[in-house]
Amino acid sequence: MPRLLEIRNLHVAVEGKEIIKGLNLKIKTGEIHAVMGPNGSGKSTLAQVIMGHPAYTVTSGHINLSGRRLTEIKPDARAARGLFLAWQYPPAVPGLQVEQFLRSARNAQAKIRGEPILSAKDFRPVLEKNIKILRFREDLLQRSLNDGFSGGEKKRFEILQLMVLKPRLAILDETDSGLDLDALKTVMEALKKIAATTSIMVITHYPRLLRYFKPHQVHIMTGGKIVASGDSKLARRVERSGYRNFVEAHG
Amino acid sequence: MAKSDLKIGSRYEYGFHDKLRPVYAIPPGLSARVVEEISAVKNEPGWMRQLRLKALELFKTAALPTWGADLGGINFDGICYYLKPSARRAETWDDVPARIKNTFTKLGIPQAEAKLLAGVGAQYDSEAVYHNLKAEWQHQGVIFLDMDEGLRRHPEIVKQYFGTVVPLKDNKFASLNSAVWSGGSFVYVPQGVHVTIPLQAYFRLNARNMGQFERTLIVAEEGSFVHYVEGCTAPVYAVDSLHCAVVEIIAKPYARVRYTTIQNWSNNVYNLVTKRAVAYEGSVVEWVDGNFGSKVTMKYPCVVMKERGARADVLSLAFAGPGQHQDAGAKAIHLASDTSSNIVSKSVSRGGGRTSYRGLIKVAPQAMNIRSKVRCDALLLDGDSRSDTYPTMQIDSNDVSMEHEATVSKVGEEQLFYLRSRGLTEAEAAALIVAGFIEPVAKELPMEFALELNRLIELEMEGSVG
Repeated sequence: MPRLLEIRNLHVAVEGKEIIKGLNLKIKTGEIHAVMGPNGSGKSTLAQVIMGHPAYTVTSGHINLSGRRLTEIKPDARAARGLFLAWQYPPAVPGLQVEQFLRSARNAQAKIRGEPILSAKDFRPVLEKNIKILRFREDLLQRSLNDGFSGGEKKRFEILQLMVLKPRLAILDETDSGLDLDALKTVMEALKKIAATTSIMVITHYPRLLRYFKPHQVHIMTGGKIVASGDSKLARRVERSGYRNFVEAHG
Repeated sequence: MAKSDLKIGSRYEYGFHDKLRPVYAIPPGLSARVVEEISAVKNEPGWMRQLRLKALELFKTAALPTWGADLGGINFDGICYYLKPSARRAETWDDVPARIKNTFTKLGIPQAEAKLLAGVGAQYDSEAVYHNLKAEWQHQGVIFLDMDEGLRRHPEIVKQYFGTVVPLKDNKFASLNSAVWSGGSFVYVPQGVHVTIPLQAYFRLNARNMGQFERTLIVAEEGSFVHYVEGCTAPVYAVDSLHCAVVEIIAKPYARVRYTTIQNWSNNVYNLVTKRAVAYEGSVVEWVDGNFGSKVTMKYPCVVMKERGARADVLSLAFAGPGQHQDAGAKAIHLASDTSSNIVSKSVSRGGGRTSYRGLIKVAPQAMNIRSKVRCDALLLDGDSRSDTYPTMQIDSNDVSMEHEATVSKVGEEQLFYLRSRGLTEAEAAALIVAGFIEPVAKELPMEFALELNRLIELEMEGSVG
């Protein structure tokens, strides 16, 4: 299988302080990877850096998606190349209607890729299908983006966007936190539907999510580096004894 | 076209101008002779000429306002006060001189008229070049003329109301308008008639260092309804122009008048407008006021609630870019009991632009059971921009329920990055955030105007990010 994501010797700083210190990661097409680690280990930063957050500076190393360098291109261009980030804390945009937002985003990507633009009428069925899958009420489309959404609604809505935008690689940043068991099941069912076409990188503090997923690889991140990689047994080890051993070994 | 103006600001797509030889022009400068000449050209009755001369005296003695925006740059002697672009006013677009018609076609006016409007007036510099009201409304007694034609054909109505809502001495710019007014709209809606689709007027400033002084009078008789919409644009010149209008509305008992403005002046226009309505028993006056462009705008639509149960609704929207100051707001004067006012102001500043909300709520001592609600939200797109709120309250009654809320927010880096992470460019993302912010105003606009508004925001945003 070809390499979808390749991160080589990545160093990242914010306001002069180094947060990611020589990180390597490879994800092949069709795979599910889990990146686990204690709070403050740099997991969320990694997700934001891959997406292109302007606050972070890549000081050395590089990130490739499907063999093409991401590091120099803007976040919108990264999205159009098939990268998606499900945010841990998605911000609200009052007054921006969910339907308008989704269609603008979908069509903005289509435009860059030279694919056909969907009219409101043609886009509606796509939305309605996914609204059902993620168990939203129909009135979701008239609401303002993330405005007044509950924690769980925000997380489900991130996954709805993922379903609509159909990326090649989805990074899920703590998507499981704040979800009750029913919502977690709904999200997992949705993710199973797209796993055939979308590779997934799950960022999580708790191994709970991995009971539903069977990751091809699990990575332990601490101190801005990946310090251990393995199969799902690694996740079970964390579940039993926490991150202490990794932290002590790698500071 | 001054290209340099466009670099510092955003794109202004109506900045073109026509090379046109006016059929009549009075050289720049203001004097009693100029005022008399305007009146003579228009062949007005003596009382209007006297009114103009009296207003001129008031203008000369009045001082510039010491508050609000900086008006020091206006050179009253350098302004051309009257310029007639064409020999006659047309009632079909085919009779409008080709160059002028071309301008309005570029602005989409004839196309909109055919589809959506009950009547259209088009003014070019000082005079109306086109005016038409669909037969259906004419038959019901509705009058929609340019102000000069209104004075000629219905002098008794004009004489009865002209200057009663905005007196000649109201403020320096109202005096100036009263002295040199030309064009504007005259709307009369008979008792009980509901004009269900909007009337629209379009004001175009074309000439250099021109002053446009239109005067609008709307009389809505008992139980009637009318929605009047105006749009304005001007070319980009290096020399400043002056737009100084007066609008008077009389809403008789149980009438409803909605007045919608989308102004999109180029960045060299001083836009100083006095808009006021008198609302009688149980009537409703709504101002929807969108201010884009201009160098300086000072405009505070006002409703004087004279009788029991009248209501005022003001939605004010201001957008200030580089070098612009939008000093806008609203006034609600509660003179009678059971009256209510609701004011919503939304302002957006970017690139060092400045917006101010300036409002007045006044309640007379004898007025009981008064409700008033003011909400001002400001959005700043960057650290160089500025927004201020100047609310004034003069409450002399003790039976008043008042609410005032003001917020200032900045477009957050997280919001922008969130939208960009979904594939939207920085400019698209900023435009969506701004459109969301002004959505409460946009949803009150006729659909075509709401679309136009979104387009204006997109154009503004293109210039806002690099």
